[in-house]
Amino acid sequence: MKVGIIRFPGSNCDRDVFHALELVGCEGEYIWWSQRDLSKFDALVIPGGFSYGDYLRAGAIAAITPVIDGIKEAVKEDKPVLGICNGAQILAEVGLVPGVFTLNEKAQFICQWEEMEVKTTRTPFTSLYKKGETIKMPIAHAEGRYYNPQIEDLKDQDQVVLSFVGKNPNGSIEAITGVCDLEGRVCAVMPHPERASESILGSDDGLKFFKGLVNY
Amino acid sequence: MKYRAEVTIGLKKGMLNPEASTIQRALALLEYPVEDTKTLEIIKFSLEANNPEEAREEVDQMCQRLLCNPIIHDYQINIKPGDG
Repeated sequence: MKVGIIRFPGSNCDRDVFHALELVGCEGEYIWWSQRDLSKFDALVIPGGFSYGDYLRAGAIAAITPVIDGIKEAVKEDKPVLGICNGAQILAEVGLVPGVFTLNEKAQFICQWEEMEVKTTRTPFTSLYKKGETIKMPIAHAEGRYYNPQIEDLKDQDQVVLSFVGKNPNGSIEAITGVCDLEGRVCAVMPHPERASESILGSDDGLKFFKGLVNY
Repeated sequence: MKYRAEVTIGLKKGMLNPEASTIQRALALLEYPVEDTKTLEIIKFSLEANNPEEAREEVDQMCQRLLCNPIIHDYQINIKPGDG
């Protein structure tokens, strides 16, 4: 399986994602923001970082680059797309997933391990978890507070992927920290599965995100 | 003709504004008990257009496509002749 890893100026989790993909036997390839044709890839990952210095809003400038056309094309062809952290913010800015990830409730950068519940297993990335399972992954963001005025639609349509357990560190609506599109193939999560992909890192709970993709 | 555009972006009514509440708490530390603190973002630039209506229309498109996120933001556009 060939997976494109999208790079913008300011991306910084690209190599971690490459490594996590390698662990599950996927062939990762870096793609620069100016590339429009992504047809050779089976799936795409938008890694975390601070694309364009988070100017304007996190993800806003990345959301208008040529590579986004390629991502939209891939989505039309039913290929899985995962956005992690800044990647999730970008997918929300583009409108490929509903809602927005905005400034944390306490206006602070939060970098810590958190427990979260897998709310749906219908996405390729969560297909190997059990629904309701609690997993441990790190978060690292200042703009991760999920907001969506149509929260009931989101729940009715099974578009909530992850939510924090026991607390709500960034003030997200209903503690939601991962959402997907209607089909469940485009997945946007604030926590970093790639940083929880080997037990030496503190947890390998996130590895199933990538294993699930291979399995898909 | 050249026009000077000013876009003022604010959060929609009822949206949480963590920056404003932090500023308000800091002002309270200095014993200024202010209320209803808001922060706004202003973006200014010059552009070429045939008339102010055309300039406004173009800036409105910029707001919808990049400068604002319609889920959380309201915006106001001010257009003046000149490039200063």
